Amino acid sequence: MEECHIRATNLACRRGDRLLFAGLSLALGPGEALQLAGANGIGKSSLMRILAGLARPYSGAVERQGALALLDERPALDEHQPLGEALAFWRRIDGGEALGIDRLGLEALLDVPVRYLSTGQRKRAALARLIGQRTPIWLLDEPLNGLDTHAVALVEALVAEHLAAGGIAVIASHQTFALPALTRLALAEHVQ
Amino acid sequence: MSAALALLRRDLARLLPGTQGGGTLLPLLFFLAVAMLYPFAVGPNPTLLAGTGGGVIWVAALLAAILPLDRLFAPDLEAGMFDQWALRGLSEELVVAVRLIAHWLSFGPFVMLAALPASALVGIDGATLRVVELGLLAGTPGLAAIGIIIAAVTVGLRGGGAALAGLLVIPLAVPLLIFGAGALSTGGEGGLALTAAISLVLVAMAPFAGGAAIRASREG
Repeated sequence: MEECHIRATNLACRRGDRLLFAGLSLALGPGEALQLAGANGIGKSSLMRILAGLARPYSGAVERQGALALLDERPALDEHQPLGEALAFWRRIDGGEALGIDRLGLEALLDVPVRYLSTGQRKRAALARLIGQRTPIWLLDEPLNGLDTHAVALVEALVAEHLAAGGIAVIASHQTFALPALTRLALAEHVQ
Repeated sequence: MSAALALLRRDLARLLPGTQGGGTLLPLLFFLAVAMLYPFAVGPNPTLLAGTGGGVIWVAALLAAILPLDRLFAPDLEAGMFDQWALRGLSEELVVAVRLIAHWLSFGPFVMLAALPASALVGIDGATLRVVELGLLAGTPGLAAIGIIIAAVTVGLRGGGAALAGLLVIPLAVPLLIFGAGALSTGGEGGLALTAAISLVLVAMAPFAGGAAIRASREG
């Protein structure tokens, strides 16, 4: 896997008049994973969007090397299309072959329109999109929401393999994420 | 380039009339319905109809162009598609430019086609129909560009965004209407050329204006 790192220095995020967090720094290299924890509304998702470069921090900077993939609560798959076609759209943009379809148990669902999928099935479909992107840095916002125990173990295994291959994972979740060598960052400590 | 083609393929599948992604024939039926209602409203006076019919077709085309606006960007922004494109380095400008092409393809040629039966309904002659068709060819890309810009600017508005988009399109479309429909009374090529010029400026502006608007609503 290509060389990658992500570094954030002295980040602050403001929503309206409220300062969500400030003075937040983190640095991750190949094979490292970080779990962001903290109560709802503390700014986990905002931090993810800042790390992804989709939102601007109130202050501070993010520096990264390597492409990045984001999984959040929106699967970004066309509701009216069958799952296979919706994933094929991203494959045409990302290039390469389908990855992880069978491991995620999606083969039987490829003909089903995305709007008929359940919460857990959508999550797995979005994971297939994320894996197909083949990026070294994964940002996973609540990746375990709506998944059954079997799928939870599968996601943990997929992330562990990604790290073993030299990737980086940032996981925002209030659930326990079983992973060896997972650093934990509780966001509440940074509120001033 | 392959990414742009993939985007165009998806956009056409969503916007072309009769496709499953929600693109419907409704704007075209609406266009024909306006042309059909007009003779009922003003009465069957052939001179009056022939004199004003071309202008009515123009107004109907403008109104039909407004109908698909709420489907242009809002569903993609809600579904997080724009975030995913940004992560892959596909600029909002590229996405908006591709969507402008798809939006025009999904109503421009069909309005020009529907103008044939509409011209029979309002009773205009062949020469007038020719000016109407040329005017629509010159003007509909501009209408599509205005629609794209307005849809992008109003995409972040919750509730009432669609109606507001329609209201905002109308004043911006007035120059196109004046020159495009005005060519009917003067019969000259000058009006058509001006319509085409306005269209070109709007088409050139739309990807940048629309792209900036979408980026602003994503970062906000």
